[in-house]
Parts: sequence; C-alpha cells; structure tokens
Amino acid sequence: MANFGQSTESKSRIINRRMFMLSSVKLLVFGGILGRLFYLQISENIKYTSLSEKNRLREWKLPSQRGVIKDYFGVNLAGNTQVYQLHLIPENIYSNTELFFRLKKIIDLNENQIRKLTKKMNSQKPWEPVIVSDNLSWAEFSRLNLFLHEIPGIKPIVSVARKYPDDGSSSHVIGYVSAVSESDLNNYEFIQEVNVPGLKIGKTGLEKFLNKSIIGAPGYQRYEVNAFGKKIKEVKYVDGKPGKNYRTTLDYEIQKYASNLLKEKGGSICVMDIFTGDVVAMVSSPTFNQNLFVHGINSKDWKDLLDNTRKPLINKSISGLYPPGSTIKTIVALSALENQVISPKLTLQCTGLTELYGEKYHCWKHKGHGYVNLRSAIKESCDVYFYEVARRLGVDRLYETAKKFGLGSNVLENFVEEKNGLLPNTKWKIKTIGKGWVLGETLLTGIGQGFVQCTPLQICLMTAQIANGGYKINPRIIDDGKPLTPLFNAWREKFSDEKESIFSEGNYSDGKVYLEKLFRNQENVKFIQDALFGATNEPRGTSYRSRFTKSKYIYAGKTGTSQIKKFTEEQRELKVKYKDLVYEDRDHALFAAFAPYKKPRYAISVVIEHGGSGSGVAAPIAKKLIKKIIDRHQERILVQKEDIYQET
Amino acid sequence: MANKTFYKSKLTLIEKVQSLDFFLVLLILILATISFFVMFSIDSGKFGYYTKNHILRFSIFFIFFIIIAFTNIYLWFQSAYLIYFIFLILLIGVNFFGVTSSGSQRWLNLFFVNIQPSELMKIGLIIFLCRYYHRVPSHDVNRIKYLIQPLLAMSIPMWLIINQPDLGTSILIAGGSIAVMYLAGLRLKYFLYSLFFMITLAPVVISFLKPYQKLRILTFLNPDRDPLGAGYQIIQSKIAVGSGGIFGKGFLKGSQSYLDYLPEKHTDFVFTLFSEEFGFVGSALLLILYVLIIYRIILIGHDSRNSFGKLFCYSFAAAFFLYVIVNMSMVLGLLPIVGAPLPILSYGGSSMLAIMCGLGIVMSCKIHKNVVIS
Repeated sequence: MANFGQSTESKSRIINRRMFMLSSVKLLVFGGILGRLFYLQISENIKYTSLSEKNRLREWKLPSQRGVIKDYFGVNLAGNTQVYQLHLIPENIYSNTELFFRLKKIIDLNENQIRKLTKKMNSQKPWEPVIVSDNLSWAEFSRLNLFLHEIPGIKPIVSVARKYPDDGSSSHVIGYVSAVSESDLNNYEFIQEVNVPGLKIGKTGLEKFLNKSIIGAPGYQRYEVNAFGKKIKEVKYVDGKPGKNYRTTLDYEIQKYASNLLKEKGGSICVMDIFTGDVVAMVSSPTFNQNLFVHGINSKDWKDLLDNTRKPLINKSISGLYPPGSTIKTIVALSALENQVISPKLTLQCTGLTELYGEKYHCWKHKGHGYVNLRSAIKESCDVYFYEVARRLGVDRLYETAKKFGLGSNVLENFVEEKNGLLPNTKWKIKTIGKGWVLGETLLTGIGQGFVQCTPLQICLMTAQIANGGYKINPRIIDDGKPLTPLFNAWREKFSDEKESIFSEGNYSDGKVYLEKLFRNQENVKFIQDALFGATNEPRGTSYRSRFTKSKYIYAGKTGTSQIKKFTEEQRELKVKYKDLVYEDRDHALFAAFAPYKKPRYAISVVIEHGGSGSGVAAPIAKKLIKKIIDRHQERILVQKEDIYQET
Repeated sequence: MANKTFYKSKLTLIEKVQSLDFFLVLLILILATISFFVMFSIDSGKFGYYTKNHILRFSIFFIFFIIIAFTNIYLWFQSAYLIYFIFLILLIGVNFFGVTSSGSQRWLNLFFVNIQPSELMKIGLIIFLCRYYHRVPSHDVNRIKYLIQPLLAMSIPMWLIINQPDLGTSILIAGGSIAVMYLAGLRLKYFLYSLFFMITLAPVVISFLKPYQKLRILTFLNPDRDPLGAGYQIIQSKIAVGSGGIFGKGFLKGSQSYLDYLPEKHTDFVFTLFSEEFGFVGSALLLILYVLIIYRIILIGHDSRNSFGKLFCYSFAAAFFLYVIVNMSMVLGLLPIVGAPLPILSYGGSSMLAIMCGLGIVMSCKIHKNVVIS
C-alpha cells in the first residue's frame, strides 16, 4: 500500500512538473498572440484603417451635363436632349443567361452585343453600372419599366445626351461626340479624371477642342455599403458641375443656306466678318449626320461614310487643300505693286501662251486677251500677264506678302484637324525637296498652281484682309465674351473720314486696339479692290454674269479654276471638253469675294471640288450666298451692338 | 489508511456552495457577460436572435455547470468510460443520421435540439484518458502496452470527425489528448518521434485532404492569392482587427462586422469583431481574462488530492488554452482557417456545453478536492 502511495506521489510530481513546463509554454504563446495584436492594431493600424474605409465606402460618379454650343443668335448647334437608357448593375444580376434571354425579348439586342457586355461586366467592379443601351425608344423604355421588378439587376435611367440639328450644316465645324475610347484615356489626362460610365467626349471639330471645359465636372455619391454591395446610407453627395456653354460667331441660317447651296457637290463655303474676323459661316460638303455618332455609329453607316469618294467626314474648309488658282492673283498683283516691281500701267500683250526655256505656258483663254494692263489682267484673269508679273516679282517676295495675308498658316486655333496649307519659296524647296527653285515654278505659282496649296478659309481670310483695307484681323469662331468696343474704336479711327457710317455711334472709351497694317501703301490695296470690282461688275470681268445690279448687293470677287492635272498638248489640240473628264480629274472651281462693295463687311470663299470653272460654277453660288449674307446683316448688327456696348 | 479520515463522502449543500471557487465563477460570468454584448453587437445593436439564444444557452449550461460541480468527482471518475462511449455512439450516429450544413455533416438532430457530438467529444476524450492514466502506474506509462488503448481511443473519434469533414475539431481533440498523455508522463521522445513520423507522412496526408482543406492551407500561406475567394475571410479579418487600433472603433461601431464584411462573425470570427470594436486594450484584457481562467483551473488541479482530478484539471486547462490560441491565431492570420470556436464567446451550443461541462468537472474537483480515488 505504501508502495502504491509512493507511486501516487511520484505520479503527482511528474504531473505537476509537466504542468509547470506546459504553463510556461502557454505563457509564451499568449505573449505571441499579444505581440500579433500589437502588430496588427498598433504598428499596422493606419494600413488596415484605410483598407477598412475603402471597404466601407463606395462611390458612384454621376455624369455631368455637357455644355451646349450656340450660334451667334442663340440657336443650339449642339444641344442636349432627354434620352432613355438601360444600365445593368452586375452585382445584382441573378443569372446572366436568364437576364439576356429576357432582355432580348424587350429590347433590341444581338449576340455580339451580349458578348461585349459580358466581357465588360467581367472586367470591372461588380457595383459599377454597365450601359446596355443609351438610347432606347419610348416604347422599349416603358416596356422595360413594366418588367422592372421581374428582372433583377436592370436599371432604366432617364438621362441627357447630345443632340445636333438634323440638317448637318454644321457637322464639320461643331464635330461630334462619341464614347470614350482606350486611346482617348491614354492621350488626355483630364479625361481620366472626369470619366464616368457612359461619358461622351468630342472627337472632332469644336466638340473636341472644347472638351476640357465643356464636359464639366462629374458629381459623386458616396455610400456606406455592406459586403454584398447593399447601400446602407449616403455619406456624401457632391453635385456635378455642368459643362460651360459656348457661343460661336456662326450664323445657323447662313450655315443652312450655304449647306443647301453645296448639296450634291463636294466643297466648302467660308464667310468672315472683315473687321472682327468672326467666322460667320464655315460649311463643308457633303455633310453627315452627327447624331449617328452619339450612341455609337453602326458599321453600315460608318462604312458608307468612309467609302464616299467625296469624303464627307473631312472639314474641307480647314482640312481641304486646294491650289488657289487665279484667286491668288490678287496677292500676286498686290505684292508686285508693294514691291514696286511693276506699275499698274504696265501693258503686255497676251497671245494665249508664253514660252520660257522652250516650255509653253498657256493662258486659259486660248486666243489670248490681247493688250492688257494690271487692272484688266485681274478683271479678265489673264494668265500670261501674271506669268510675267510673277517672273519679275520672284517667288520669295510673293511668299512674304502671301504669308502676311494669311496663306500658309493656321487661321483658327480651335481645330486639331486644321491644315497649314503650303506656301512655297526657294528655301522651302531646297529644304523639303532638295532641289533648287526653277523659274517655271514661279510662273505657275503666280497663277496659283504648282506647289501652292490653301484651305478655303485661308483664301477667305486673305480676301477679308484685302477688303478691310489691308489690316490684320484675328479670325475667331468662339465668342470669348469680351466686348468688341476697343476693336471697333480702332476701326472707327481708320475710317473716321469716309466710312464712318459702317460703325454705330457710341461711347468707345475703354481699352485701345491698334490695327496692324499689312501694306506699305494703302493705295495698292485700294487698287486691288477696284480691280476686283471690275472683275465682277464690268463687261468681260470673269464673274460679270453673276453680278448684282441692286447697289445694296454689289460685290467684288475673283474667280479661280485650279487644275488637278495639267492638260497635255494632245488634249489641248483635241479640245477635250471639261465634262468628258472623269470626276477626279476635273478642275476645282473657286471664288473669293467681299461684299457689299461700297461698305464692305463680309468676305467669302467658295470652293467646289472638281466643279469646273470658277466663273461658271463657283460664282453663281457665291452670288446667292452674298444676297443671303447681306439680307442677314441687319439682324447680325442688332446682336453685335450688345457686344459693342457691353461693359468689361 | 489514515488518509481515509479526510474522506467525507457526503458534503452538505451549504458546504458545497461554500467550497466553490468564487473567483473562477466570477471570471466565467464576466466572460459570459462580454459574450452577451458581443452577440448584441452581432445583432446590429438589437436584442436579437443571437443575443437571446446565447443568453438562454448560457443560463441553461450554467445550471449544468453547477449540477456537475456539485456531483461527486468520484461519480465522474466512474462514469468516464461510459461518457466516452455515449459520445462515440453519437459521433457514429452523425455519420448515419447527421444533418448536413454548409458541406459537412456535423450535427445530430435530437428532436428538440441539434448537437454537435464532435464538440462534446473534446471533453469525452479528455475524461476517458484521465481515467485511464489514473490507473496506470507512472513507471508503466511509457510501455507500449499502455499506449495502445489511449491511441485507439483518440484515433477512432478523430477519424470519424475528419470524415465529417471537420479538420479543426479533430486537431483540437488530438491536441487535447496529447496534452493528457504528456501530463501523464509519456516521454517526450514519443512526441518527437510522432512529430517526425507526421512530417514524413505529411505528403500522404495532404493527398487525402479535401480540396477545400488544401485551399485553406494554401490560402494561409498566401491570403492574397485569391482575395475574393478563399483568402477573403482572413484578409477581411485582419483588416477588421488592424483597423481597431488601440481603443477600437467603439461598441456597435465595428464597420467591418456591421457591414457584413466578416463571415462567421458570430462563431469562429467572434474575436475579430470584439477586437475591432474594443481595440488592442480590449483584446489584451480579454486575453488576460482567459489567462486568469486557465490559471485558476490549474490552481484547482494543484490543490486536488486525487490524480484523476489533478490530471483532468491540467489537461482541461491545456485544452482550453489550445482552443483559445488556435482560434485567435486563426483570426489573426497566424494559422490556417480550420474552424475552431473561441470558448464561451463564440455562438454555438455544443461548444459552450462542452466547455461548461469541463468547467463543471473542474469545479467538482475543487469541491471534492479531498476525495481520494484509489
């Protein structure tokens, strides 16, 4: 028994000893747990707190309303309209297959779209909406609302989207908006900041240029959500800022009218205020419907636009490059006079062609013009006379004058698609082509052929600066809201004696603008103006047939016919008729004018691609256009007065 | 036989009440009160389902605790094998009539209540081994002959539980039994041998693991490999604990738990919620509370005059420690998620019943510390 007791005792000892060992291990482990708690809750607290906040809060961005673009009179050239949209909230969807099966019955949805939507849903956070359609018909929308409670995860939304006038007259100037693409996000940082699902951004024209300020700032709703994405409560709501509204200098009436004039043709019309530089109209043809792009253009429409040989997507007024043809003769003549290379009295005989180093240079008039002086050479557009003027002037002096008057450089700052054109000189040729300038090229440049290329807007600006007496103007298409008073004040000074009545009476006290002279002797500019008057209003003038007799409408203009392909001697002998040529080989018809002649106010340029001759095709269109512009003048002045009197 | 004079088979009720370890009872009640508040928080600040059930269960089990405590330790000693076999039968029953929930068959429907025999087995096995080793003389403990029965008694329920499948509980059961064996005096080399044996066997064992169990181990090694899937629980749990800070987000203000980012927050992840709301200070205090309970149990064992009681108290203390540590390590990202509830704090009847029964037997040791079992 004693033995047994001893055994019990020794057993207790073992148990106790082991218990102590185990207890110390326990204490150590508890210490470890405490250390871990310390690490998580104190050392790493900031990291986990921010993770917890991220968990807790969720933001939904709300798209802001895009600003509208208006014409000078307040008509919307790019407005907004109410649209019906269908969004999906992926995390609320019970089954994708079932959802799409049901949706297909309610709205128009094809397999391809479904595949895209599914892909999109898998690539983003489950609470971010996916837009199924952003332009549902009312019928579809109301049907959707009927089934709303049976299909979890769908969210019909009434939203606002871009709406353009349907006539398409301003499609090129205004441009269009479309969904944000991958490359937009990469190229423009500000788009990343304002991007929300369904955002549309400007892709061309003013819409693109104004993107930064016209989009506005998105608002957001911050919610506390649980792990299943259910909104528990709204923590913060920040209203979005709508985009800025813009007013352009365009006149929608003239836009529409000009667009109509160009119907069925490829070409451009530009109208500019010769004092303010306001672009009154800028139309390109053929046009397209901008509204097609807003909700994603379908592939057939897109293909049609791309396949059209007359290139409807290009804004020909600023991106179309044309040899200016005879319209450049005004500048050639002016340059020659300014440089005192010739006197206006210089008389030459035109026999229909001239020869230089064995090369023949033809006049457009086969039989020749006979004896011509500078005025009649402009009036009748004698090529031979201008070959000689150009030869005496030289291309580099011509370059200087043409550059000053606006050729060869951007007219507006508002378009990424605008082209500089090409104004050649000897340096340019060596630099880019690597060969020296040849005299024959000077001759061709003198009649606006050869290397020289202009945009219709450049021709318009050139004409405007001749029409206003040879002063530099800064063309604008967006009204910056600054009063025109100082500018008008400056003009008023220039015309204080003779043309006082052009400008309204008023108190022009603030600011001062100095007009930059582009001439050496203003008499030369006046001489050109007078010659242009002759070209339109005197017999044998190239646009005599398109003249006005009513004094209010009388204008002065220069025709231009620019060749695409040089006539071969063979063709010349066969007297190939213009209409026998294929469309692409036909001449461009140009016309540049200012009106009214007595108190000039507007300059225009008309370009008809492959239209034929300037006098036969472009001038009659210009005539109709000028009448419309002059008829609209009073209304424009009424609006402009507000700007003149506006306080800064 | 002079010792017999201390033996007093019949204590009066008053004597029993007087000899209760009031400090331990107080600690248990404090822990229970904390658990009520935690359940209140889980019910989103309402006196809801979990709170009500938890309080009801604790009240019933507290009565069990008292009854067990007042019952003579000798009775528990005698019925130890019986208890083990009853639990074993229940465990086998689970395999045939068990209720399946979230992929594993753990529960047995006993008409009025669902019980989880694997939880009860935690106590059953300890009491079985304590009785077994009580009989074995200390110099015989290390003989192979005396190793067979304990290992068999441990392996059968373990195997049954692994098959449910419930890796966590079976590991905890194994841990508890190993603690008993160690305390009983089994040489350390056996443990080292079996550890070595297990390591070599590990590749084979892993091939037998269920895919989800493998995933859990992989996830434990790198929770970020699948943050929304298998790693979700552990990442969210760490976020919750870590965002608690020194003083916590405040009672009822744990956003992680309140917004349902925590799965199983009422059972296995209850400490996460507590830690998020009460911070480092609260968690440390809770840890101290558990340490005190374990200390108290050990103290009772120390005072016990029979080796069954002593062994049971020490073993239970070790098992209790293991439950606390495994659960906390799990939610703090130190161990894989295996499904181990936190004693008393976690919602769950069987677990609490097992703990309260264990504590009851400990208390019975205290009251009947002078009982000598020969």
